[in-house]
Amino acid sequence: MELPMSSPNRSHWLPWHAALVFGFLYLPIVTLIVYSFNGSGVGGFPPRDFTLDWYRELFTDDAIWNSVLNSLFVAFAAVAIALALGIPAALALDRANFPGKALFRRLVLLPLILPGIITGLSLLMLFREGGMKLSLVTIILGHGTALISVATTEVFAGLQKLDRAQEEASLDLGANYWQTFWRVTLPNLRLSIIGAALLIFTLSMDEIAVSFFLIGRDNTLPLEIWGRLRRGITPEINAISTIIFVFSLAAIVTWYRLRARAEGRVEIAAELVEAAS
Amino acid sequence: MFSRAYRAAITIPPLLWVALFLVLPYALLFCYSFWSVSPAQAIVHSWTLNNYRELFRVNVYLQTLFRSMWIAARVTIFSLLLGYPLAYYLSFGAGARKDFLYQLVIIPLWVSYLVRAYAWKTILGSGGVLNTLLQYVHLTNHPLNFLLYSPFAVVLTLTHIYTPFTFLPIFASLEHIPRNLIEASHDLGASPLQTFWRVVLPLSIPGVLAGATFAFVLSLGDFLAPLLLGGPSGIMISNIVVSLFGAAYNWPLGAAISFGMLVLVIGLLFLSERLEKKWSFR
Repeated sequence: MELPMSSPNRSHWLPWHAALVFGFLYLPIVTLIVYSFNGSGVGGFPPRDFTLDWYRELFTDDAIWNSVLNSLFVAFAAVAIALALGIPAALALDRANFPGKALFRRLVLLPLILPGIITGLSLLMLFREGGMKLSLVTIILGHGTALISVATTEVFAGLQKLDRAQEEASLDLGANYWQTFWRVTLPNLRLSIIGAALLIFTLSMDEIAVSFFLIGRDNTLPLEIWGRLRRGITPEINAISTIIFVFSLAAIVTWYRLRARAEGRVEIAAELVEAAS
Repeated sequence: MFSRAYRAAITIPPLLWVALFLVLPYALLFCYSFWSVSPAQAIVHSWTLNNYRELFRVNVYLQTLFRSMWIAARVTIFSLLLGYPLAYYLSFGAGARKDFLYQLVIIPLWVSYLVRAYAWKTILGSGGVLNTLLQYVHLTNHPLNFLLYSPFAVVLTLTHIYTPFTFLPIFASLEHIPRNLIEASHDLGASPLQTFWRVVLPLSIPGVLAGATFAFVLSLGDFLAPLLLGGPSGIMISNIVVSLFGAAYNWPLGAAISFGMLVLVIGLLFLSERLEKKWSFR
């Protein structure tokens, strides 16, 4: 419905403004990609000497690939922790009453809303007082904890759409809570959980402010890039960033396809039910 | 329908975890801010107000805090100026392209924050893309040095980072406005500008507040963009904290600054929530 909005005096500049904002948002990304193929390095206009050298150099750079492996490891572990705690937390917010429930809901959101430095430093102090050495494990604990709220929010939204009668039926038919959870509740929340997992995964892969303070000997990819930036600019960073960007883009597209298909199925099912009754 | 045991099983593990890895660390930050460092560089676990006195005694801390707030305020204003009209256009004017354009706003968020800041560095540097472009088209004959290593570079980069974040809640609030309200306003003879001013804008205030709070709070505490692009004049409050936790080795003082920041931020979140409630209808 855009009826009253198509009046002349505003539709003039709004599309231009939008184009400008998109230009601003994409300028660095385009620059990044273009200069990953630039023979004479980063900067210098116009780009010249198309080359794949930076990618070749990248593929023989063990330090970068080690950090990519570390990041993948951290991200998978963070997803596991955040889901393992975020799903029960969402269930608890949906169907249990406990003292401090409202406070709990706000508390888990804090790491996402506060500047990362505050959460990072606080955890650093915890690990120091607890006598824990900094390593990938401390980063995993940090990411897992900071991202619980992503799982909780997504799954809680999914629970609002869940038909509780199915769980009731399962319990009435003699399944215990555990069986009902695995066979009815979880499958129904599948989409929310996959969505949350993808989001947590990418957020963890990118995270730097918290990791900055919890890093031990092994670097994650953002910290490896950070270390190199302090020494100077190299097009290898453009190359690895381009590769990661392409992978994330593929992940989002897959996720949307998946969800569109699943939602389509739900809609078809709803129509069938309607037609049958 | 759910037994006691079931409810305990879903409640207790997340509560314990959050208490251990979230509440305890924030509480430790508070405690640290009252401790001190011995000359032998050990943490002294006895209570003192000296760190907080230091914050008000030495000018540089408050000055840097105000500079950070000023940078964050500019980032917030620019993000709103870019994000609001964009959200308005997508919600009311983009028609069938709405979903596609929405995705187009989201995609930059999938490029790492650090990488985008780095990309701006390669654009703004003295041998960077922008300066060589300007010389290539003979607009200047020497590199403009104010572009990089300045508060300008920090504001530009953070605006780039937080524009999508301010866009999202504004877009959501615009999408929730019942379209028949706008029709009603037109039918009653209001001009498009009056309709915007008296119907659309007031109803989108909660989204604006959420977006603005997010942009302000997160840019206020940023330390990577200033380190990468700010130069000496672009130092922000978190950079001081980082150095206190690193080379300067005064964790308690760093904790006091961080805790001050925490209080400031939570105060802002609280205020913004109150205002949002006041402005939301229904």
